[in-house]
Amino acid sequence: MAAQFTAGTADVKDVARLAARGVTVGYGDRTVIDGLDVTIPPGVITTIIGPNGCGKSTLLRTLSRLLRPTGGTVVLDGEDIGRLRTRDVAKKLGLLPQAPVAPDGLTVADLVARGRHPHQSWLRQWSSDDADVVRRALAMTGVADLAERPVDSLSGGQRQRVWISMTLAQGTDLLLLDEPTTYLDLAHAIDVLDLVDDLHESGRTVVMVLHDLNLATRYSDHLVVMRAGAVLAQGHPRDVITAELLHEAFGLRARVVEDPVGDRPLIVPIGRAHVRPDA
Amino acid sequence: MKQIHVPGEQAPPPASGTEPEQASMPPGVRLGTVSFVWRPWLVLVTLVLAAAAFLVFCLSIGVGDFPIALTRVVATLFGQGEQVDEFVIMDLRLPRALAGLIVGLALGVSGAITQSVARNPLASPDILGITSGAGAVAVFLVTTTGGTAAAVTGSVGLSAAALLGGLGTGLLVYFLAWRRGIDGFRLILIGISVTAMMQAITTWLLTSADIRDVARAQVWLVGSLDNRSWGEVEVAFWGTLVLLVAVALVAFPFKPMHLGDDVAAGLGVRFGRVRGVLLLCAVLLAAVGVSAAGPVPFVALVAPQVAMRLGRWPTPPLIASGLVGALLLIGSDLLARTVLPLGLPVGVVTAVIGGPFLVHLLVRANLR
Repeated sequence: MAAQFTAGTADVKDVARLAARGVTVGYGDRTVIDGLDVTIPPGVITTIIGPNGCGKSTLLRTLSRLLRPTGGTVVLDGEDIGRLRTRDVAKKLGLLPQAPVAPDGLTVADLVARGRHPHQSWLRQWSSDDADVVRRALAMTGVADLAERPVDSLSGGQRQRVWISMTLAQGTDLLLLDEPTTYLDLAHAIDVLDLVDDLHESGRTVVMVLHDLNLATRYSDHLVVMRAGAVLAQGHPRDVITAELLHEAFGLRARVVEDPVGDRPLIVPIGRAHVRPDA
Repeated sequence: MKQIHVPGEQAPPPASGTEPEQASMPPGVRLGTVSFVWRPWLVLVTLVLAAAAFLVFCLSIGVGDFPIALTRVVATLFGQGEQVDEFVIMDLRLPRALAGLIVGLALGVSGAITQSVARNPLASPDILGITSGAGAVAVFLVTTTGGTAAAVTGSVGLSAAALLGGLGTGLLVYFLAWRRGIDGFRLILIGISVTAMMQAITTWLLTSADIRDVARAQVWLVGSLDNRSWGEVEVAFWGTLVLLVAVALVAFPFKPMHLGDDVAAGLGVRFGRVRGVLLLCAVLLAAVGVSAAGPVPFVALVAPQVAMRLGRWPTPPLIASGLVGALLLIGSDLLARTVLPLGLPVGVVTAVIGGPFLVHLLVRANLR
């Protein structure tokens, strides 16, 4: 029996590092997500999309243990995340919440160094290991030459790179990013998502919440489409993104066409204004 | 097509000793099994503040009807003084100076914690109702029971009442402000409301009380270091010491709290528990301070902000904030006893310094 049990756990481990099993979660009396199942495939970028208020961020926060489900479990590496110590979760899973704010005057190096916190203790607050990891995180996100600058003096795109750098310094190969492109213009959004793609190329599993459907389609290997607290569809963008699905999920009339530069579908919303009569 | 960054391109060569164009990291320091980041400027500022606080402490002891030179004060403090000095210093002057030092330290650290937790410079024990709550309960004791209770329990009874009042009000504000977590603005708004309520109660008690009790209560309410006895100083000393040790122990998980609850939780901090313990320590520190010297205004608000600016540190540094608080309180007391007209309580001086500083903070915040 013991062997069977172990085998089962190993199986889960191979299939998914992170999964929600029958998760119900809400705020106070309001239930946002009811009995949801989702499995995050390892080594790829998974993006959660869906209309406003459908529970995308709530799901991400539940997966990262910021919210405790009232029913069901979130499984991280085969263990119930609710039973793990906060610190042990932080060693396995890096989280970047939506629109984080650093105190005025905090330097980039100090912010990124904070990412080492789960690996430190009262007695061991800084080591040469920490310095190496932070240096690598700064270099990888291209903010090494900003190290001495205060975070509040940077542009939105640079700032977001710095926060991602902090999450990297945490040293986890599982990253959860809640709307990493919020408040960024398109050029900076692309810049940040290219960085996310780099992280995935170097072997990390990434879960994001994104608002922009075309960016989500372009940058993800796995889409989870949500509506009203439930998963409507999931899979590769090429299989998932159809005009019917967009209508069902968002109530959006759109044409799905071939992307002139990418190998993924491109969504062209129809709307009412300036649309040719043949559309 | 990628114009931005390719991983590995900038990654440092593994295990190589020299990395010329790398970002400069804060240097680490190792003392036995303890390692921490070396912050030369902050350490220097903290040391200078400690030295300044000790200097003003000694000056304050030397000043009085029987002036004692600084060198003799220091000699006496280290047990090398003459007998006359020893009597004046140990029995008469030291309690007052020590009370100033301890209360300043307690209020400064308390303010640094509340401001950090609320991520807002306005969140000081003065504004969160702790000070006014302590004041209201102390005035209640003086005015309602009049001479009887005060005579029975003495000034220690007054201190205990203030301590309970501060703690009770602090907890009340915390629980009223708690709504699936603590939001800085909500905490401050509720603190201001409760402060107003406590002040109204105090005023009401004063208007309906015997005139002699009112005089007694008024002196206490302004905040004063006059007539401190060893008994009160000892209570404040041990209380503050225990609380500072507690703060030091929980200060480590507190470090990422400046980045917000979600980020802190992502970094493995059980912020609900850490914040609860720290706020409790802050409330107790403020209550101990107020019980020993009365509700001395503005020290807890101003000290952390001054320490931040002196130390060039983005968040209130705990030790430096305490030292600035001590310096401010003993310095104000010294000023009140030397330069200013006789008999002015220390609370008036800290208010005169602290008031304009608060205005300065608000104006600066408006300019952003």
